[in-house]
Amino acid sequence: MYSYTNFDAAFVRDRVKEFRSQVERRLDGSLTEDEFKPLRLMNGLYLQLHAYMLRVAVPYGTLNSRQMRQLAHIADTWDKGYGHFTTRQNIQFNWPKLKDVPDILDALADVGMHAIQTSGNCIRNVTADHFAGAAADEIEDPRPTAELIRQWSTDHPEFAYLPRKFKVGVTGSPNDRAVTKAHDIGLRMVRGEAGEPGYEVIVGGGLGRTPMIGKVVRDFLPKRDLLAYLEAILQVYNLSGRRDNKYKARIKILVHETGIDELRARIEETFRRNRRLLPDVDPAIVARIEAAFAAPAWADRPVPDAPRLDAGLASFIDTNVVAHKRPDHAIVSVSLKPTGGTPGDATSAQMRVLADLAERYSHDELRISHEQNVILPHVHRADLPAVYAALREAGLATANIGLVGDIIACPGMDYCALATARSIPIAQQISEMFADLDAQRDIGPLKIKISGCINACGHHHVGHIGILGLDRAGVENYQLTLGGDGTETATIGTRTGHGFAYDEIVPAVGRLIGAYLDARETPEETFLETYRRLGMDPFKAALYGQEEQADAA
Amino acid sequence: MARKFLPQVATANDLFEGDVIYLTADNTWTREHAEAAVAETPEAAEALLKAAEAFPLQVVGPYLADAQIVDGRPAPVHFREDFRTRGPSNYFHGKQAEKTEA
Repeated sequence: MYSYTNFDAAFVRDRVKEFRSQVERRLDGSLTEDEFKPLRLMNGLYLQLHAYMLRVAVPYGTLNSRQMRQLAHIADTWDKGYGHFTTRQNIQFNWPKLKDVPDILDALADVGMHAIQTSGNCIRNVTADHFAGAAADEIEDPRPTAELIRQWSTDHPEFAYLPRKFKVGVTGSPNDRAVTKAHDIGLRMVRGEAGEPGYEVIVGGGLGRTPMIGKVVRDFLPKRDLLAYLEAILQVYNLSGRRDNKYKARIKILVHETGIDELRARIEETFRRNRRLLPDVDPAIVARIEAAFAAPAWADRPVPDAPRLDAGLASFIDTNVVAHKRPDHAIVSVSLKPTGGTPGDATSAQMRVLADLAERYSHDELRISHEQNVILPHVHRADLPAVYAALREAGLATANIGLVGDIIACPGMDYCALATARSIPIAQQISEMFADLDAQRDIGPLKIKISGCINACGHHHVGHIGILGLDRAGVENYQLTLGGDGTETATIGTRTGHGFAYDEIVPAVGRLIGAYLDARETPEETFLETYRRLGMDPFKAALYGQEEQADAA
Repeated sequence: MARKFLPQVATANDLFEGDVIYLTADNTWTREHAEAAVAETPEAAEALLKAAEAFPLQVVGPYLADAQIVDGRPAPVHFREDFRTRGPSNYFHGKQAEKTEA
C-alpha cells in the first residue's frame, strides 16, 4: 500500500506544528473562538455535544496493521479506549481534550496519518470500494486513482474555499460498493472501446437535505485526463456554485438548477482549456503510485478440500466471506455490529486483534467500509478457520454482514451537535429484536440505515429501510423511507407517511419486516425485490393499518 | 403570537475539556445543571447571556436554554439539553460517569 514520500511526511508534520501553535494561541487568548474554529475544523477537530471530536482520515479506507495499532494506542492514551468508524471510512475519537489534540496528530503522523480535510468546505477524504484490490469483479484497483486525487486535492489552493464540502468516491468494479452516485463526484471504472480502463464520471449526487442521485457527465474519460477533468468540474463549481445559501451550495443543486447538458458543456469547455494549459500528470508519478498498490506476493498453498466446518464457521463463511479475485483467497468482512452494540465502534483491544490478523493472514492490509465494518481483504482460504476463531475470541465474529443487524447509524444525538434525534439506541434495539442470527438469515439481505438529522450521514435515503430522526415540537420523531438503494441501481427511498415516536419506531420496523415475510413470493425474494414488486401498500398497511381503519370508521 | 417566556439558563462547553457547563449565580461555571443561575424574565435572560459571553478564555459557544423548576432547582426542558446533562446513552461515559466517580 501507499507510504508517505518525504514530501507527504514533511507536509503533515508541518501542519501538526502549525496546529500546535494555533491551540497554544487559543488557550492563551491570542485567538478568539471565531478565529480558531475554522482552523480546528481544517484539522478535523469538532466541538460536539459533550466533548471535542477528532475525525481522522482513513484514505480510501485502507489501513495497515501498524496504523490500526496506533489508532488503538490513541484510543487508550487520549480517549476512552475505543473509536468509531464512520460512513465515510474515517475514524472518530469522541473524547479528546483540546490540549492533547496536537499530540494525537503527531502520533498519527508517526504512522502516515492525519485529520486534514476531514471537515470544512474543501475536497474531503476520497472514499473507495472497500474490496479494492481484492474484488473478483474488479476492472482495476481504484486506490491508485483515489491516491492521485488525494495528492492533487490536498491543500489545493484554488479549492480551499469551495461553496461547500466536496466528496469524491471511486469504484473499480461494475458492482458499486462505494455509493458513487451519492457523491459530488463519483468515478466508476469502465472499459473503453479498445478495452482500456477509464472512468464513467458521475456528478451532483448527494444525500442530506435535498437527496439527489448523481448524473453521468462523461460516459468514458481516459485515465490520463482524470485530473484535468476533475479540475474542470471543480472550477465550474467554484465559480458557479451558489454561495448565497448554505443549503443550496452543493454541486448537486448547481446540476439540478443548471441542467446536466448545460453544465456538461461548461465543464467540457473548461476541460479543453485545461488540457492546453495543464501538463499531463507525470507518468512516473502515476507509475510510482500504481506500484505502491501492486498485489501482494500471494501464498501458493493448497486449499483443504471441503473441510468439515463447525456450524458457526460455516455460517460465518456463508455470511461474512466473499469471493476474492484469486480463487484460493477470500475477502473477510468483520462486522462491527454485534447484537445490541454501537454500529462502527471498535475497542482498542479489538483494533489490536484486527491488526494482528491483518499482519498474519491478510498481507498487512485492512479496509474500513462505508457500512462501518472492517475488512480483511486477502485471507487465504486455508486460514479461514484460524481467522474465525480469533475473531470469535475478540467478539468480532458476528455473522450478519448485509443482514438486518448490519445497520448503519450515524452518532446521532448521543454525540453530534447537529443531530435532531438519537440514532444509536434505535440501531441497538433493532439488532436486539433480531438477535437470532438464523432469523436474520431467513429475512435475508436487508440494509437498514439510520440518520439522526437531515444531513444524512447515516445514508438513510439509500437504505432499503431508511430511518430519519427528527425533533418534532421538542420530541424525538422518526420518519421511515422504503426502497432506497446505494448500489449501481441507486435510488432514493420514498417516505411511508407520518413518523413514529422513539418508543414506536422499533416495533414499526418489526411490522415492516413482518409484512415483507408475509408478502415475499419465495424465501429468495429480498426485501427490496418485494418492495419493488408490490410498492408501498402492504408496508403502509403494516405501519398504519389500524389508524387507517380508525380514520375510515 | 409570541412564545410564552420560559426560565432560562446559560450553558456552553468548556474550552479545555469540551464538557457541558452552566453559569451560576455567582458568575462561575458549574458542570451541574441544577446549580445553574436561572433568568426569570427576558431582561434577566439577556443579562445572563451577556455575563456568559464574558469568558472567552474558558468557555465556547455560550447560549440560553429553556429550563423548568423542579424541586426548587432548574432542570432541562428539551431532550437535547437533558442529554447534555448526562452524556451518551450507549456508554456510561461523560457526566453520568463523572458523577459516579465523584
